[in-house]
This record gives sequence, structure tokens and C-alpha cells, in this order.
Amino acid sequence: MSKFLHACRILICGVFVLLAQAALAQDDTAPDPQPGQLGPLQTVLQQDAALIAKASRTTIGPIIDAIVASELPSVPHFLSAWQNKDVWQRAEDGLFFVATKADGKTYRLLDLDTGTEVGTAAKDELDQLKPNSGVRGLIATALVQFQLSDPNRDTRVEALVAIERRPGPDLLTPLRASIPAEPDAELKARKTRIERLLTMAYDADPAARIDAIEAMSTDLGVDVRAALNPLVATQRQVAQTLPEDINLARELTPGSEDLSRDAAYVMLVDAGLAPPHQSAAELKSQLSQHIDAGRVGGVPVAQLSNPEARVTAYAALAAAGVVPQLVTEADVDAALASHVFFESYAEKDPAVTAAANAALATIATRVGVNQALDLGLDAISLASIYFLAAIGLAITFGLMGVINMAHGEFIMMGAYTGYVVQQVIPNHTVSILVAIPLAFAVTFAAGVAMERLVIRHLYHRPLETLLATFGISIALQQLAKNIFGTQARPLTSPGWLDGALVMNDVLAISYIRIAIFVLALIFLGLFLFLMKRTRLGLETRAVTQNPRMAASMGINPGRVNMLTFGLGSGIAGIAGVAIGLYAKVTSELGADYIVQSFMTVVVGGVGNIWGALLGATMIGSLQKGIEWLNPSNTLAAQTYMIIFIIIFIQFRPRGIIALKGRAAGD
Amino acid sequence: MRKSFIGQNPSILIFLLCLAAFTLAVSLLAEGFGIGVLSTSFIKTLGKTLCLCLVAIAMDLIWGYCGILSLGHFAFFGLGGYMIGMWLMYARTEIIVQNALAQGDIPPTAQEVIDGIGSQIFGVVGSSDFPVIWVFADSLVLQLLLVLVVPGVLALVFGWLAFRSRVAGVYLSILTQAMTLALALYLFQNDSGLRGNNGLSGLQNLPGVTAPQSVVSMWFFWASALALGAGYLVSAWVISGKFGSVIRGIRDNEARVRFLGYPVETFKLMLFTLTAMIAAIAGALYYPQAGIINPAEIAPIASIYLAVWVAIGGRGRLYGAVLGAAFVSLVSTWFTGGQAPDINLGFYTVQWVDWWQVILGISFVLVTLFAPKGIGGLFDLLKRESRS
Repeated sequence: MSKFLHACRILICGVFVLLAQAALAQDDTAPDPQPGQLGPLQTVLQQDAALIAKASRTTIGPIIDAIVASELPSVPHFLSAWQNKDVWQRAEDGLFFVATKADGKTYRLLDLDTGTEVGTAAKDELDQLKPNSGVRGLIATALVQFQLSDPNRDTRVEALVAIERRPGPDLLTPLRASIPAEPDAELKARKTRIERLLTMAYDADPAARIDAIEAMSTDLGVDVRAALNPLVATQRQVAQTLPEDINLARELTPGSEDLSRDAAYVMLVDAGLAPPHQSAAELKSQLSQHIDAGRVGGVPVAQLSNPEARVTAYAALAAAGVVPQLVTEADVDAALASHVFFESYAEKDPAVTAAANAALATIATRVGVNQALDLGLDAISLASIYFLAAIGLAITFGLMGVINMAHGEFIMMGAYTGYVVQQVIPNHTVSILVAIPLAFAVTFAAGVAMERLVIRHLYHRPLETLLATFGISIALQQLAKNIFGTQARPLTSPGWLDGALVMNDVLAISYIRIAIFVLALIFLGLFLFLMKRTRLGLETRAVTQNPRMAASMGINPGRVNMLTFGLGSGIAGIAGVAIGLYAKVTSELGADYIVQSFMTVVVGGVGNIWGALLGATMIGSLQKGIEWLNPSNTLAAQTYMIIFIIIFIQFRPRGIIALKGRAAGD
Repeated sequence: MRKSFIGQNPSILIFLLCLAAFTLAVSLLAEGFGIGVLSTSFIKTLGKTLCLCLVAIAMDLIWGYCGILSLGHFAFFGLGGYMIGMWLMYARTEIIVQNALAQGDIPPTAQEVIDGIGSQIFGVVGSSDFPVIWVFADSLVLQLLLVLVVPGVLALVFGWLAFRSRVAGVYLSILTQAMTLALALYLFQNDSGLRGNNGLSGLQNLPGVTAPQSVVSMWFFWASALALGAGYLVSAWVISGKFGSVIRGIRDNEARVRFLGYPVETFKLMLFTLTAMIAAIAGALYYPQAGIINPAEIAPIASIYLAVWVAIGGRGRLYGAVLGAAFVSLVSTWFTGGQAPDINLGFYTVQWVDWWQVILGISFVLVTLFAPKGIGGLFDLLKRESRS
């Protein structure tokens, strides 16, 4: 603190000294510094030494321009030193030096032009130049042109970032000048792009601006839209007649959708063109302030529960002159009718705004197309999640006809298995590779146990199967809660699944969603292979179609049922690992998916894997589509989707792909 | 001459007598009118349990007698609660707002009162306008009518759609579950007009009633007992006649009943709507005792618990549903309310709050597997004993 105070004191002293010196310098009575000994930059600086030492944003502009115009090689170094507050002025002769701290209170002085050390000075013989942020901004702008052609690539990148952050009209010329000599192809492209954006906004020639706007109208970048939007920014105004000298965007009618009657009147009031309109609340407070012996304006207070009586009382008060005249609806209408309301562009040139509007429209169309694509990708990835969740169900429910309400809990068990494995094996890639077979094993075992202990006794009693498996479901959910607690557990995906595949500024898809999509495809293939090409698949299909006949052909239906059920449950476990990767693992994870999974199977058509695929696609795209129509509300999206499904089942009660003939069962 | 339906089935009389005796005993023991052994909160629990018994009867009618496992009847129960809750909340807020505005210098206009009520009720969801569905909320009679009409119409439309396209069995169960899920998700939105996930609250205060809660709770207890008795009688009557025979026929072999020329869909639809209305009445009596209703109440899990009660009690007999609902819900309250003592096993302390659900789930599996007739089955055993 004391150090700081000391510094302040020195600074204040320094300012006084400077002022005195400046006065002396202008008097021409002071001994002029010997021009012969001064470097060229020092000479330039000394011409405005006072203004440089006490730089302000309003006065420093021309001086910086003069410094830059000298085209001396040492200018960039000086400017950056100035910006970093490394330039000091020697009190005795007013010369500027770049000073670095030597030791204690002495500073080494470096000559501005040659960069060589010219001596040392104690701190109290020097005054530091402390440009404020406004001046530093101007210095930075001046520096950009040097940085743009700096040999160091990083400096050039920094300069471009600075331009992007604070674009301005004066940056256009240096940027343009630096483009032809740019050696790096990537940077050259970037410079050209920024040059186009700056041209759109700041070029003096309207034709050049329009050319730039039209050239960029096929670009989807956010920066292009950010550069175009200010060009078409409008301002709402009201006037008695339409002014001539404005770039009119459109006229507004009060009471229309864009400008409500009330808002229009508020504009009038704000512009001082009309008296304020008393609201009901203001009316009431005015009345309550003028109660006189139980009457307001001659109207008894008890009658004031009637709005008309209030108006009468207020009119009486206004006639007596104690309150302003009541602005009636007719007054409002008259005031609105006698004024014009319009929006005008801040940009004066109509040709530029027209071109910018056209470009924005073109971009909007292209963005729309890309957003539709993005939505499609979203829908596909959601569909693959539903498909993963439902594929096990397609086996147990679709093929075997067993309603397993605990299916969601098998998904949850798989996800928790993945979580536990990650606690043991810290490497994410290895742990996922271990977790997938382990999750399959755990849920396969659970499924087999459940089939042997419970479901076996309930074949042909589907409603009771539903209830019994539901009992298992709540027991498993609560067990998970007791073991892992209620808070969400993370299942972290390996590093190589982080990030997203970026097509352009609108279209991107995260790798994890691609992975889930691929996983869904693998499972589809696996399922088809198992069912059509293996002994187990053959036996399963036989038992599904006719258990007795299958038994008489030497197939053990009990064993086949057990294995099939275990297989369906095991797949649910693997789906759990996949779902856990992108959603938090909680004990309710499965319950969140169970209704959708059943919907997927029912909508698609029971007993057919392609049906489940179609069902998942339909439900996924439907949900995304409704979310897109009503983006603020995912709850509503789910509601409408379920209603849609209920109605859909009216028309295709057996799903999209209905089994025909004997395979259909009943 | 056929005997009246009560004469055919003496269990109805026995049940009604038991209910009357129970009501009388509770009244004598209660704080409000009796010697004060039972606290007001326990009276409320009992009253709520009676309402749950009533909705269990509705569930038993549709599942136990007609074989339709509806997993959506708690939606109707909740809707009934919402309908009466709208009036309770509106009327009570109206009194509060009027009292507040009467403090001012100038008497309020009708519009100011309505605006005041609107901002009081919908302030929590960032609005002050009354949604269209509240248009009848100022009238008790109309809102009471809506308790029956709204769930009834929903059941009628949903049932017509579902039965018409011959959705049956587990598909219907999943569809009803989807219906209640859709309704719950819809109500969870703030702009659903029913205060989103805040629900309707303060329902235990009857507008304009100054009697203490100990007395009001007794009124509701009696009303619930009366409704349960009446619901039991109506249900017993419905299943005793020809209508009941057709309904049971549908349960046992739907195709055969259809081939005999009965319009199966109409019968199912009538029963579905009737049970929805019974559930709604039960809900309308339940939520003023609970004091608050929110969309979580009608989540799919609630309707599944309803099926659990009926299954444990023994479906296909009305008193079984009542027993199951009363037994399971009271035991649940006891275990989850933290009243059951924890068991310290030395290495692990069994907390019933955590383990009750596990026990419920497992016992449910065991009942389904080994005692499909539920608790009601015990009475059959007794009968067989006495006969032999």
C-alpha cells in the first residue's frame, strides 16, 4: 500500500515537472535538445513531447499517425513498449527511453532508435508514461499493421484475433496491405476472409461493399452473420411526417402485430409528442389521493367499485384542475393517426442494406437446410439410443412375448457395471472394453435367474408376468439406490470419443453419438446373425412359433427360453453401458427408457427386429421434430409424441411391420 | 322372484357393517368429536386410505372383473383431485384477495379482484392471467360436475380409441401407462394452466369455513367412508346383474362373448368410463385431505401401485381390493414414515425407509407366484375349513 502511495506521489510530481517542461519547451527559452545527437524517432517524438507524456484519447490520434507515418524501423518496438508502459521520460531533458529495471531504484535506459543502452538513471529522475486504456487501444490499432507483417507467425495470429475482437474502419487499409506478402497459406486465407468482412462494413466505396456482401452470401460462418447484422440494424422512430434523409426499412401501423397500440402510444409519450395515458392503477391512486369527506369528485367512495364511476370521478377532478386531463381512447387514436411510425436503418446507403438483406436471406436459407440436416442427425442418434434400449426388449417381448418391466433395470445394471469397472480400472478405453462384456455377463446372469425363478412359472399369463417383473423392477431400483446412493454417478467416455465432427458452423455431431449409432448397427447385425444363422436362433424361432412341436423335434424349450431371455437381458446390459456414456447413471436410468422402449417395440411391430428399427427411427425423429417445432419445451414434445403414438396405434394396431398368418399368434 | 343383489351376496352387508363400525369407532376415538386418542393427522391418513380403497374398487372392477389391466387409473384419480382443487384454490384466494383489497381507500372493481386472484395463484409460474380451463373455477357446483365430466370424457375418448382398434391385453396396459405418462408430463409444464410442478396447494383449507382442522378432517373422513360405502354398493350392483355377467364373460373369453352377439367394445367402454369416474370421486375426496396435488401424483408408478394393492388384496372380489389397498398403503405409510424401528445387525443397520420398497417388490413377486388370490384368498380357506 505504502509503495503504491509512493508511486502515486512520484507520478503527481512527474506530471507537474512535465507541465513545467512543456511550458518551457513552448517558450523556446529552454535549451533545445541537440538535434544532431537525437535519433530520428526521438526527434519525431520530441515534437509533441508534452502531448505524448500526457496522452489522452482525444488528442493522441494524430500524433500516433505521425509516428507511424515516419516509417522508421523502430516504430513498432516503441509502440509496443509504450503500450506496455515501458517508456519513461527523463526529467532533466525530456527525452524518451525504453527503461528496464536494473536493480533497486535504478533503471537501464535504452535508446529508442538504436536499442543500445545509453546509461542508467534513478527512478526519481524518470517519469513513466502510463497511457490509459483508450490510448492503449489506439496504440494497439496502430500496432496491428506492423504485427500483421511481423516475421513471427504467432504475432500475426494475435493481430488477427485483435482485429476480429475489435474491428474498425482504420484496420482495413493495413490489413489489405499485408495480404500479398503473407507467406503462410492458412493465415493468408484468414486475412482475406477478415478483409472481406471489414470491407462489407467499412469500405468507403459502396460498390466494393456490395461486392463483398454478395461474395460472402454463401458462407455459413457465424462471423459473416455477425458482420452483416449490424448493417441491417434498425431503429424504431416516430415523427409527424416521414423524414426524407433516412434509409427507411419499413413503416409500421399501430395496432398491427409488429407494433401494438399500447407500444406505439408509449413511443409517442417517450418522444414527448403526447401526454401519458393513465393506467387503471394510476387512475385508482389519483382517486385515492383526492378523497374528500367520503367523496371523490362528488362520487361517493362506495360507488367506486364500478369502473365507469371511477372515470366520472376522475373527470370531475380533472375539470377542477387537480389532476391532468384524462387521456381517452379517442385521444390515443387521434394521436396515433397523426404520426408516422417507422423503422430506419442505421446504415445510410439503401443499396448496401438491400444487398445485406438479400445476403442474410440467402444465408438463412442455407442455415435452414443445414439445420434440417443437423436435426436429421440428432434424430438418427436419438433413434439409435432408443433402438439400443429396445433391442433387448425386441427379443424378450417381441419374440418370447414376455413383458419384462424390469428391462429398464437391466439397462441400469449395465450402466452401474460400467461405473464400477471404471472405479477399478482408471484407463477409460480399457475400462469400457472390459465393461461391455462384463455388463453382458452380469445382466445375462440376472436375466437367466429371473427367467428360471419367476417368469418360467408365468408363461401364458402375460398380465401376471407384467406385475411380477414390475415387483422385481421396484426392488432392483431401490437396491441400486441403497448401494450407490441417489446422486448421479459419472461414466466417463474415453478421450478419443470427446469432441465432435464439425462440418460447418451449423452442422456438427459428437463422436459419442456416432459411436452409439455404430454400436446400434453392430447390434442389428449381431441380432440378425444370431437369429438367422445360428443353432440357437433356429431353436428360438421354433420354440416361439410352436413350443410343443419344437419339443417333439428334440429341442428343449425350457433351455432355449432361458438362453433367449438371458440374451435379451445381456444386450440390455450393453445398451446400459452405451447409454451411461452420454447420460448420468442413476437408479432411475432404466425407468426413463422403459416406456419409450415398449413404445418402440409396439409401434414397430412385435416379433420383428426391422419393426423395432423402424419404430425407433419413427419415435426418435418424431420427438426431435416436435422439439424443433416447440424448442422451449421438451416436456410438451414427449406429451405430443405419446398422444401421436396412441393415435398411430389406432390405424396400425399391430405396428408398422405386422406379422401375418400363423406367426401372428392369436 | 330373484333375490336382490345384496341377498345374493351376503359379503356386501358384512362389508358395509364393518365399514360403519370402523367409522363409528374412529369418530369416538378422534380428536374432533371423541375422546382424542387418534390425532388429526392420523384421521387424515385414515380418510385418505378410505379414498384409496375406493379407487382400488374401481381398479378391481376393470381388472379383476373385466380383465383389463389399466395402468392409468391414477390419472383419473388425479384429475378428480385437480378439478376440486381448482375450486378450493380459487375460492380461498378470492377471500384472501378481497380482504386485502378491502384495506384500500377505494373499493376494488371486479376486474381488480380477478387480476389479484390470478397473480396470487399463477405468480409462481410467472403469469397472472387465468387460463381458459379455469373458466368455471368460481362455481363449486360446476367444478364438482367437472370432477365427473373431465375424467369421464377422457376415459370415454381414450377407451373408444383403444377398444375400437381392438387393443387388448398387455398392449392396452402399456397404452394406458403411456396415457398417464403423457398427462403427467403435460401437467409438469408451467403453461399447462395448472401451475406446473408446483401443483395446487393449500387444499386442506375449506374457503369460508372457520372450524378447526380436527373437525374438518372428520367431515372428510365421514365423506370418504360414505363414498366408499356407496361406491362398494354401486360396484356390487353393477357386477351382480346381467351386465356383470357379460363383463366376466369378456374377461374369461372375449371372442366367445362377441360371437354370442354382445357389443363387447360398448360394455368395456361403459365399465372403463364408470371406473374412471369412481376413481375421480375418490381423488376429489383424497386431495383436500392431502392438502396438495402435483403432477408427480399421477406418474405411471402410482397406477402400478394401484394394481399392486388390488393384486395383493385379491382381485375379482371387491372386499379384496379394499383390504389390499388399506393394508399395503397403511403399512407403506408406517415403514416409509420413519416410524418403524431400525434393525441394527451390528455390521449393517437396516433402515426400513430404504428397504421397504425392496420388500414390497419381492413380496409382490411372491404373491403373484404363490398366492394369486391374494389376501382375499384367506377367506376362501376359512370357508373351506368351516364347511368341512
